[in-house]
Amino acid sequence: MAILVYAESHEGHYKKAAFEAISYAKSIADKIGDTVTAVAFNATESSDSLYKYGANKVVKVNNDALKNFSPNAYANVLAELKEGDTIVLPATMDASSFAPMLALKTDATLVTNLTSSPSNVSPFTAERKAFSGKGIETIEITEGAKVLTVLQNAFGAKENSVSGTEEVKEVSVSDSKLNVLKVEQSSSDTIDLKEADIVVSAGRGLKGPENWGMVEELASLLGAATACSKPVSDIGWRPHEEHVGQTGKAISPKLYIAIGISGAIQHLAGVNSSDTIVVINSDAEAPFFKSADYGIVGDAFDVVPKLIEEVKKFKGA
Amino acid sequence: MKILVCISSVPDTTAKINFSADGKEFDKSGVQFVINPHDEFCLTRAVQLQETQGATVTVVTVGDASVEPVMRKALAIGANDAIRINGDARDGLSVATQLANVAKDGGYDLIFTGRESIDYNGGEVPGYIAGLLDYAFVNGCTNLKVEGNSVEAVRDIDGGHETISADFPVVIAGQNGLVPENELKIPNMRGIMSARTKPLQVVEADETVSKMKVVGYKKPAERGNVTLIDPNNVGELIRLLHEEAKVI
Repeated sequence: MAILVYAESHEGHYKKAAFEAISYAKSIADKIGDTVTAVAFNATESSDSLYKYGANKVVKVNNDALKNFSPNAYANVLAELKEGDTIVLPATMDASSFAPMLALKTDATLVTNLTSSPSNVSPFTAERKAFSGKGIETIEITEGAKVLTVLQNAFGAKENSVSGTEEVKEVSVSDSKLNVLKVEQSSSDTIDLKEADIVVSAGRGLKGPENWGMVEELASLLGAATACSKPVSDIGWRPHEEHVGQTGKAISPKLYIAIGISGAIQHLAGVNSSDTIVVINSDAEAPFFKSADYGIVGDAFDVVPKLIEEVKKFKGA
Repeated sequence: MKILVCISSVPDTTAKINFSADGKEFDKSGVQFVINPHDEFCLTRAVQLQETQGATVTVVTVGDASVEPVMRKALAIGANDAIRINGDARDGLSVATQLANVAKDGGYDLIFTGRESIDYNGGEVPGYIAGLLDYAFVNGCTNLKVEGNSVEAVRDIDGGHETISADFPVVIAGQNGLVPENELKIPNMRGIMSARTKPLQVVEADETVSKMKVVGYKKPAERGNVTLIDPNNVGELIRLLHEEAKVI
């Protein structure tokens, strides 16, 4: 019985997190000789992009009642579509919200924020993020059904093309319990922080919100998302959605560039699983340099404009 | 309006996290415990509703007697009373089951809990409580207004936020930002004195069965030494990121 994956989409298009969840499910399916079925709500994008990551079947559910998010309603629909004893979800905000309800409805054990493919499938043994990135926990599920959420930018999306089939299913949607009044998305050309491959982040070293222009320019040249430290969002220089760290968002991009951030332990917790970390700080004693791969000791107002010029040269080359 | 605030006692955000020599458990020695930061925002919002809209606020925690100092602090901040569920905070489902029992028996209208605890980061408890009780659920809440028997809430979504409304009873998973940082309530002397005599009831936890077990813990791999680049030669950084790290 196939492993079911929730292929999350936004405005009809699949998120990178959907490809990662399918890749994770495929890695389990390959070990036990199973197949992967992806479920998509109101997706308009071709199913080919899901076959590419290993979905053998794509179940499309088109229903206006699922256009607004409701954890109760989403959990009901996915529980109804369940096939085998494993459901894989991306650890996005929405899927993380309904995961516990789905686990209850399917009498499954829930494990969240998995970072790597299981080292053993029976008993299911895998690693997950704990202590806000300060630790890695290995868990084991002794028996029964399971609902798993996969940390974004951790396991990764791995191309593994299969020839798949598509099926359209009708479902009844009820029990929303919430009325969505207004949805506000950041402008469409900004990149979702948790999905971004590159993140350019800045802290109090920038001295004021009026100086973020160069951070945004560097980010835009690199195709990166922007982020900030906690003090900067606390004093309102930047929106709190940009706050990365222990009590903000935890991220794992390929490249994290920290400008004018000293590197307090709470900040490191949210970013230390980035592949490569670059730190730019005028204080050579800033603790962040100890947790960086590359560092430049220098004034941000001198270094960042130079960096922008170099990136322009590089991109033009 | 009856409000229940579920709090957990977690290592201080500045704590260094270590594990026992056999890697089987978190080493608590020398670690200061605090109210989980996301729960602290919820507690302040609840106490504001008590002050402005006449709500009563009960705090509840699952844990042994060692969590009581953190509960007394919540009482000092302004909660009316507290309930400690005497048991082991073993996994998300068992904790949520205990909390849901208290929430149901007490007939609470609003159940606040932090989006996740900063120790085990399961983020499971709020959704489990809502699922077990079949209540409405707002995850990642950053703004909350209460009018009559309904709430209007702003919650984080990936890449933005949305505004939703729901009728009581509702489970609110709050987070950093639910109240402005500078409005977070801290105990004053009068609060600390009165907290000593506020009711702190202890109830026994129900037995629950877990099918998940923890095999062990480890620390993330340490990074090698930093490569410093001359600020007058930032082109070298681009070269290294492209050729060595291969990230651009």
